[in-house]
Amino acid sequence: MKAINRRQAFALGGGFVVLTLMPMAADAEVTNDAAKWIEKFTGGKQPAKGKISLDLPEIAENGNTVPLSINIESSMTADSYVKEVMIIADGNPNAGVATLSFTPLSGKAEASIRIRLATTQNVVAIAKMSDGSLFAEQKIVKVTIGGCGG
Amino acid sequence: MADKPRIKLPKEAAKGEVVQIKTLVSHIMESGQRKDAQGKTIPRKIINKFACEFNGKPVFSCALEPAISANPYIQFDARIDEAGTFKFSWTDDDGTVITAEEKIALKA
Repeated sequence: MKAINRRQAFALGGGFVVLTLMPMAADAEVTNDAAKWIEKFTGGKQPAKGKISLDLPEIAENGNTVPLSINIESSMTADSYVKEVMIIADGNPNAGVATLSFTPLSGKAEASIRIRLATTQNVVAIAKMSDGSLFAEQKIVKVTIGGCGG
Repeated sequence: MADKPRIKLPKEAAKGEVVQIKTLVSHIMESGQRKDAQGKTIPRKIINKFACEFNGKPVFSCALEPAISANPYIQFDARIDEAGTFKFSWTDDDGTVITAEEKIALKA
């Protein structure tokens, strides 16, 4: 067996610290007003699954800047397009992250932004189509260094 | 506001082509949750709205919250049907608006 080199030793050590500091990290719980934001956006309607592909890192080393890409399946014509997309982080001090508004002139319902995440949590995206239908997708992001406060 | 926003988009596009636009503006995006050395909360100061128009018609906009990283980077797409001018605007909490313009031509 190969001896552990310096770099691997550091990686192991780092992982151990994270595990001991965040014993609850595995089950990210809702700690803010995310439900209220969602309720306001959806008007109480239950969004369907699908259409959205949400791209986030599985593990974010630095919660101060987490790249987020979103792509929603839509023809983006005047009759059928994605109107609004709300992005929610359910473990931040404030649940709201951004609300993106598209038009048929956008051509594609696609955008990338960089977000702050305070801790390991779910990031939820809800898309509202021009016909009023709703779609949702969520991803869990493990955050090693939080991006709020300090 | 010190730096000019950085915007990247092609100089020309075919009619109907969807082009990608990348924007980056320097801004501290103070979340309003951090405290200074005296333990006082540093007041919130973020860009709360970004909008992009093409020849006066809205293309893309977004409302931003404190959970957006400093120096907000926003990437989106636009369909080009005619030559014209993109107008970009970033609205600060204190009411100042950073604006920028970029022209795009149709491929011959």
